[in-house]
Amino acid sequence: MTAAAPPVAGLDELLLTIADDEFVIGFSDSEWTGIAPMLEEDVAMSSLSQDELGHAAALYGLLGEVTGQDPDAIAYDREPDDYRHARLLDRGRGDWAMTIARRYLYETADAVRLEALADGSWQPLADLVGKLRREERYHLMHIGAWLERLASDEGEPRDRLVVALETLGPHAGTVFTPLQGEGSLVEAGVLARPMADLEKEWRSRVRDTFDPVGLPLAPATADPWLGRTEHGEPFRWLWGEFTSVRRSDPAATW
Amino acid sequence: MDTETTERDVRAVLATVPDPEIPVLSVIDLGIIHRVAVHPERIDVAILPTFVGCPALDVIRGMIAERLEARFDRDVRVETTFEVPWTSERITPSGRAALREVGIAPPADPSEMRCPLCDSADVVMDSAFGPTQCRSLFYCRGCRQPFEALKSV
Repeated sequence: MTAAAPPVAGLDELLLTIADDEFVIGFSDSEWTGIAPMLEEDVAMSSLSQDELGHAAALYGLLGEVTGQDPDAIAYDREPDDYRHARLLDRGRGDWAMTIARRYLYETADAVRLEALADGSWQPLADLVGKLRREERYHLMHIGAWLERLASDEGEPRDRLVVALETLGPHAGTVFTPLQGEGSLVEAGVLARPMADLEKEWRSRVRDTFDPVGLPLAPATADPWLGRTEHGEPFRWLWGEFTSVRRSDPAATW
Repeated sequence: MDTETTERDVRAVLATVPDPEIPVLSVIDLGIIHRVAVHPERIDVAILPTFVGCPALDVIRGMIAERLEARFDRDVRVETTFEVPWTSERITPSGRAALREVGIAPPADPSEMRCPLCDSADVVMDSAFGPTQCRSLFYCRGCRQPFEALKSV
């Protein structure tokens, strides 16, 4: 399938990265359906995941309008190395503390990114972002409450949270991996500021929450340009899961 | 063919199309009808998703198209748009009353939430997330019953 040129250079890359982030975290966390620590949380995590998959579908839809590709084909027919989600979201579900830590780092980063897109000059994305922010607000509240809860209990919950944050820390900033086309996106007013600026803003906000309660946020150590292109084994497993139905009958209609 | 069809006629028919998840609400009550344009050969309807990933959306689009095609005998195109965000304020007063009738609290700030069963204000939110994307879980200390509320967005 050949892709048409986007109206603004780099727009296709921007849409793909946000869509893949939402798609991958939605699928990862949907693995808690049925086995979350308590019933209300089972429902909540399933609902959050459903939101993210819906956001991904809308973003793949916009990307399809821009490039002329079928949104389902974009979502399901790529090889694992062609996905562009942040490395932060790459590892498996892990334990509950790992899930909360990853989602906290992601939701806070996503909030900063969405702010930078909210007044963008490409109207279809700015309109969608306005709607996304109204839903993501609930995600932030929910995950913020969990983080606080795990951090405030001395002992195992806090220990596990700290281990999770230390493990994820080096990749935490990969949501802000520079985009090849971000210069033209900023120039065209689609994106308010370069990713490096957004990352600084995000780090300072996370520190405001983490420092008073002694939670760690490691500095970025990974090569900033590889944050969305290198994927490990856990993602290959997840990819096998979420593409399995599609691959079993690619011509099926639903 | 009725060539005098107006937007008002179309909206009157839309008021009979139920929301598939909460059938006491019509798509008009729910406030998802953003724009209706009547052309000689076609009717265009633009709807606002309540939630971006609402799985009922395709069903709603199909129901609207089917009902309007049958009534007005012309092509119907239903598109979704985010031109303006759907917000819970778009639910009409009669829609809010219909929700209470079936035991679902209409959207409200948690501090102003009232039990749809006994009207007590002594309620607590159990979880912002409920059985569908658009609902939250509450508990009423007055009548000691759990209830669902539409999420305020």
